[in-house]
Amino acid sequence: MAAAATMMPHFVQRISSQNDLVPDWTSQEVSTGTTIMAVEYDGGVVIGADSRTTTGAYIANRVTDKLTPIHERIFCCRSGSAADTQAIADVVTYQLGFHSIELDEPPLVETAANLFRASCYRYREELTAGILVAGWDRRKGGQVYCVPVGGMLVRQPVSVGGSGSTYIYGFMDSNYKPGLSKDQCLELTATALSLAMERDGSSGGVVRLATISEEGVERRVILGNQLPKFSTH
Amino acid sequence: MEKHRTDSQVKGVSTGTTILAAVFDGGVVIGSDSRASIGGEYVASKTINKVIQVHDRIFCCIAGSLADAQAVTKAAIFHLSFHSIQMETPPLVIAAASVLKELCYKNKEELQAGFITAGWDRKKGPQVYVVSLGGMLISQPVTIGGSGSTYIYGYIDAKYKPNMSREECLQFATNALALAMGRDNVSGGVAHLVVITETGVEHVVVPGNKLPKFHDE
Repeated sequence: MAAAATMMPHFVQRISSQNDLVPDWTSQEVSTGTTIMAVEYDGGVVIGADSRTTTGAYIANRVTDKLTPIHERIFCCRSGSAADTQAIADVVTYQLGFHSIELDEPPLVETAANLFRASCYRYREELTAGILVAGWDRRKGGQVYCVPVGGMLVRQPVSVGGSGSTYIYGFMDSNYKPGLSKDQCLELTATALSLAMERDGSSGGVVRLATISEEGVERRVILGNQLPKFSTH
Repeated sequence: MEKHRTDSQVKGVSTGTTILAAVFDGGVVIGSDSRASIGGEYVASKTINKVIQVHDRIFCCIAGSLADAQAVTKAAIFHLSFHSIQMETPPLVIAAASVLKELCYKNKEELQAGFITAGWDRKKGPQVYVVSLGGMLISQPVTIGGSGSTYIYGYIDAKYKPNMSREECLQFATNALALAMGRDNVSGGVAHLVVITETGVEHVVVPGNKLPKFHDE
């Protein structure tokens, strides 16, 4: 009886002229209906995502990497249409790389976020993309910027996105406090993603995590059987 | 991928809402927010009580169309009191839930209401049942419903433990409602909670300014 607000594209209802032997998912768009999360800590950011890409009811890729590097210390977490987000990420990677060469220094996270926002806002009618931009730069340290569907830009200390995110707002509100350490952020992210993956049909697989700081980028994977389990009912 | 009708698409006054019930050691806690809205834009009532008593130790919470829910609970209260007089014993919680389920299932085309039933009876002690939109009936140790419930699935999964104490469960329910009301624009107001045990029934009302606050408030 509960209804979930999702960030997934609305598939057009068609009276299918195909016969029953051909499954529905062959005609549906590939989506990263997903759960993504990013948290700032003093000295960097922790980002995480699930690994499921779906076309309708078929899981097209169960080990997707939704944490996409945009620059050496700037990543983005992608949710929404897989094609749209890949295309935007490619464009921004190019633009940011060029800008960084011109500037002759590493780019700011805020610059990357603004480049995402520029593309997402200008083409808002054609795109379905919810993106979290996170990274580290010398000026402001670890930062997380949220660019949801529609092309808004806002910086938040902690942000979640994707269809699975609705299920973990309550958990995140109650468990996040400013001033967490890097390991606490990693645990918070892994737990939150596991909770969302257990409830959201479009999220699942493994949990991919990354830490971005002055020292560099550290990536890890938590496999399905190593995730914390919560169902008592 | 079908589009689910959300509470905010109910015509007329809707309890876009957050409701929950949880079993603890020796009883159940059932609770809700207190906002009734029209179209998700206008708050028709800030202080509506969505926890309805259907018998001495059995309460239910309503979600969906307020009109439908009120009509169904009125019919259910009548059926249940008649049933308990005939049987000469207080009704079982599952009987109350089944009465609601029959009404919801038989009239599924016209109705848009869901229920959580919680109570205590001699046979099985504290129980929680959920009757969903189409008339499904299942028993769960903890359950949430309404538009605000989506935001607290993660919290419930992480924080609920079987056999909590009364105080722990009350705190758990208050926190869950506060978190949902903080994120869902059609849930709000005060938190109505009812604690049902073998010995009796206790109403707890937590006004908005006494609800727990979280990091960004």
